[in-house]
Amino acid sequence: MPPRSALCTAWTLALASACAPTPPPPVPPPPPAPPNALLPPSAFDSIEGAPERSRALFMEASRVLFHPRCANCHPDGDAPTQRDFERHDPPVLRGDRDRGVPGMECTSCHQDRNAELARVPGAPEWRLAPRSMAWARKSPREVCLQLKDPARNGGRTLDRVAYHTEHDALVAWAWQPGSGQTSPPPGSQAALGALVRAWVATGAECPLAQTTDGASL
Amino acid sequence: MTIHLRMNGESCALDVDPEMPLLWAIRDVLGLTGTKYGCGQALCGACTIHIDGEAVRACVTPVRRADGRSVTTIEGLSSDGSHPLQRAWVEVATPQCGYCQPGQIMAAAALLAKKPKPTDAEIDESMCGNICRCGTYVRIRAAVKKAAGL
Repeated sequence: MPPRSALCTAWTLALASACAPTPPPPVPPPPPAPPNALLPPSAFDSIEGAPERSRALFMEASRVLFHPRCANCHPDGDAPTQRDFERHDPPVLRGDRDRGVPGMECTSCHQDRNAELARVPGAPEWRLAPRSMAWARKSPREVCLQLKDPARNGGRTLDRVAYHTEHDALVAWAWQPGSGQTSPPPGSQAALGALVRAWVATGAECPLAQTTDGASL
Repeated sequence: MTIHLRMNGESCALDVDPEMPLLWAIRDVLGLTGTKYGCGQALCGACTIHIDGEAVRACVTPVRRADGRSVTTIEGLSSDGSHPLQRAWVEVATPQCGYCQPGQIMAAAALLAKKPKPTDAEIDESMCGNICRCGTYVRIRAAVKKAAGL
C-alpha cells in the first residue's frame, strides 16, 4: 500500500488538473482580403506571437511584391517582362547599370510619366531592380531574406526598406500603371507601406522554410 | 509654354504644347523630316534621335523633356554626311528601302559613343530594338563594325 503522503499528492494533482481553466482556442487568422485590397496591419492583431504576426504581415505585403506590376522589373535574368509576365517588346537587356544598354536605355522609351496615347508606361528613374533583388520564380521566404540583407537590398536598413515602399515614385507607379497595363496590384502604396512598417516593427520575420511535404521548419 | 533647346547645334525656341511628341515638333514644326514615324509606340526605332547624346524614341518623348537640352537628329549627325557611320552605311550599301535607316544610324551612333569597339553581341543587343522590314540586319551590323574600324 502506498504511503499516505503519496496518495495525498496524487489526489491534489488530479484535482488541480481537473479544475485548471482550459486555454482559449487559438484565434483563427483574418479572412483574406478581396483580390483588389490589402488587409490593414490591425487585421493581424489577433495573432498572438510577434513572430507569427510578422510572418503573416509579410505574406500579405508579398501579394504586392509578386504582382506583375512589380515583379516584371525584378527579373531573375537580364530581361524584364511586361504586362502579365509577357516578353518585353522591344527586346531589351539590363546592361551594366540596370538601365539598359547604349542606344537602348530604359529611358530611350520610358518617360517620367505614362505616355497614355502610345501606351508606354513611365515614372521617374525607370530601371530594373538589380540582379540581387530578383523576385521572379522566388519564394516569399527567399524574397524576404533578400529584402533584409543590405548586401542585396542596395545597402538599405529595414527602416529604409519601409521608406522605399512608402515613398518611392517607381513603386507608386504600380497603382497608376496607365492604359497599356492590365491591372494594378491590390491595395495602395500607403497600404503596402503600412504593412511593411508593421512587419519591421514586429521583428521582420521571414516565412518559414517548407519541407517537400509542405511542413514548416 | 516656350521650349528652349539646341537643335543640331542651333538655339531653338518652340512655342508648342509641352506634351507634343518631340517627333511632331521635329518634323512638322521644324521641318526636319529625316527622322521617321514608324509605329508611334516606341516599338520600331525609326524615330530614334539623341537628347544630350542619349538615344531616345521621339514618337513617345514629350517636347518638355528636351527643354534646355541638346537634340541631335540624323541631319545633325554631320553637316555633310561624313560621320563614320554615314560613310560606312554608303560603303556597305546598307539600306534597301531606307525608311528605318536614320533611326538605325542614330542608335548605332549612341552605341559607338559609349562603346567605340563593340562586339557582335553588343551590336546586336543595342540594335535589336530597331526594326528593318527589309531585313538588312546583316549589313547594318557590318556597317557598324566598319565605322568602328573592326
